[in-house]
Amino acid sequence: MTVVDARAPLQVSALAGAWQRLRSNRNWLGFWFMVPAAGFLILFLAYPLGLGLWLSLTDARIGRGGSFVGLENYQWLSDDSVFWLSVFNTLLYTFVASVIKFAVGLYLALLLNRHMPFKALIRAAVLIPFIVPTVLSAIAFWWIYDAQFSIISWSLRKLHLISENINFLGDGNWARASVIFANIWRGVPFVAITLLAGLQTVSPSLYEAATLDGATAWQRFRYVTYPLLTPIIAVVMTFSVLFTFTDFQLIWAMTRGGPVNATHLMATLSYQRAILSGRLGEGAAIATAMIPFLVAAIGISWFGLQQRKWQQGGPNND
Amino acid sequence: MTDAVAGHVAQGAQQGADSSEGMSYLESLPSRLVTLYLPLFIILVVLLFPFYWMALTAIKPDAQLIDMETYNPFWVVHPTLKHIERLLFETQYPRWLWNTMYVAAGATFLSIAASVLAAYAIVRLQFRGAPYVGAAIFFAYLVPPSILFIPMATVIQSYGLFDSPLALILVYPTLLIPFSTWLLMGYFKTIPFELEECALIDGASRWQILTRIVLPLAVPGLISAFIFSFTLCWNEFIYALTLLQSTQNKTVPVAIVNEFVDGDIYRWGALMAGALVGSLPLVILYAFFVEHYVSAMTGAVKE
Repeated sequence: MTVVDARAPLQVSALAGAWQRLRSNRNWLGFWFMVPAAGFLILFLAYPLGLGLWLSLTDARIGRGGSFVGLENYQWLSDDSVFWLSVFNTLLYTFVASVIKFAVGLYLALLLNRHMPFKALIRAAVLIPFIVPTVLSAIAFWWIYDAQFSIISWSLRKLHLISENINFLGDGNWARASVIFANIWRGVPFVAITLLAGLQTVSPSLYEAATLDGATAWQRFRYVTYPLLTPIIAVVMTFSVLFTFTDFQLIWAMTRGGPVNATHLMATLSYQRAILSGRLGEGAAIATAMIPFLVAAIGISWFGLQQRKWQQGGPNND
Repeated sequence: MTDAVAGHVAQGAQQGADSSEGMSYLESLPSRLVTLYLPLFIILVVLLFPFYWMALTAIKPDAQLIDMETYNPFWVVHPTLKHIERLLFETQYPRWLWNTMYVAAGATFLSIAASVLAAYAIVRLQFRGAPYVGAAIFFAYLVPPSILFIPMATVIQSYGLFDSPLALILVYPTLLIPFSTWLLMGYFKTIPFELEECALIDGASRWQILTRIVLPLAVPGLISAFIFSFTLCWNEFIYALTLLQSTQNKTVPVAIVNEFVDGDIYRWGALMAGALVGSLPLVILYAFFVEHYVSAMTGAVKE
């Protein structure tokens, strides 16, 4: 910097000197490097986010801008039983699916961490549900859950466990269970593979030491694996909760919120109200109402799991 | 600290395999059978069954699809390519496939270019406020499309891009940039900055450093970011559903859900063929780049 400053007036004109200074200025350079990314994120992320908040306070409809109506949309929603049902569904969906995803994912990660033949191949196969576009696998589940030709019903009938086909997507509670299962099916690979990456960084000598001290398999898991894995569990589960809470495509491809709104999540309800019925303001209010829940859910999974890390006060976190 | 871990993810696989052999001699075969192979087998069957079912339905003649008594539904006799043929020659499926690919490639390219610049600036230029910008990008990652699609529809409308694939190419980077930037930041941090100092002394500009030194060294990271972003675009549904209207402009996921569902009981063959053909390109791509894909997924989480 100082070298450039001293030399500039001697060699080149004042204008070029300024240019020289700017070119070597970190802040200025950093600004230009950030322009493309910031441009996208401001135009298509920050601006729509703010606009969404504003829309939720108006009575906008598709094709005409609305006028400011204050909190009317929210008041209307607070008396709307379908909205509260969707809140309940979303919470149930997120809670049940996340807990099971975590349990099965962790179990699968522990299995995959053991020594076995064809390990790389098995690990690659496990991830396939995560690769295939969600909508397309949801369509496959839709067919598996078909009222008339469901392969599950057929198998259970042949085993004489049931006498009539289960109406998987036609009955409220069955439909809830079915979409939750499909969500778990899709989410487990993500949880398992990321936790596996965490497990692989745990030094095997810790297990050998624990075994020499007479620790059982459960104790090895509880006092060696789990504490070392806590930070990564927190991150993985935060993302898992986030994606489950805001899920849209799985439900839309399988049930579109039916039967009788039993599987409507907040995201699907806001789509139905805003885009299909054209009431943008109301839809935006539902979408905005997701934000506090979302922040709370992220907070619980993030801080809840992080807390244990510092409570232990172990120096073992990298 | 954490980026060291992220950098070692790829190697971790081999290390884990070697070292876990250490104590496995303590287990007998029957116990391994019950505690390892059996549960693993069950989970794998559940995870892969829908694909088997998808593929099987796609090549099953219609008569066998609805007659579950004469034929065992778990297998197929006289497989047919009729569904796939109809899909490719009688519907606009090739067009949808092309749209999907075009949108995914365009959005991925734009996002990676923007992310490389942003990640380099945050990690290495260390301009004033760089840590805050990094944090802001992380928060952008946490904003889900489900709460943005309604205002996005009005924004796109006002820019005059409604029902155009260009809209998706411009919107998808909001999903991809935060992720790719975060991932590339991790990779750039592992490149020793002494290399850059040498180049600076030799008179290289920042741009030359980026293109000649940093990028060649970050190729694995670029591939990871590319694969992951491409998959994410291919997968995206809610924006494509909201922002596209005419049948010919749709992407595969939206077209499958909207154009094939007509209440016909014979639709299943065509639907499953559509789902299968729509998934195959990604599965093939993934098969070649498993390690990169995994390191993208775990790298982004670990940062």
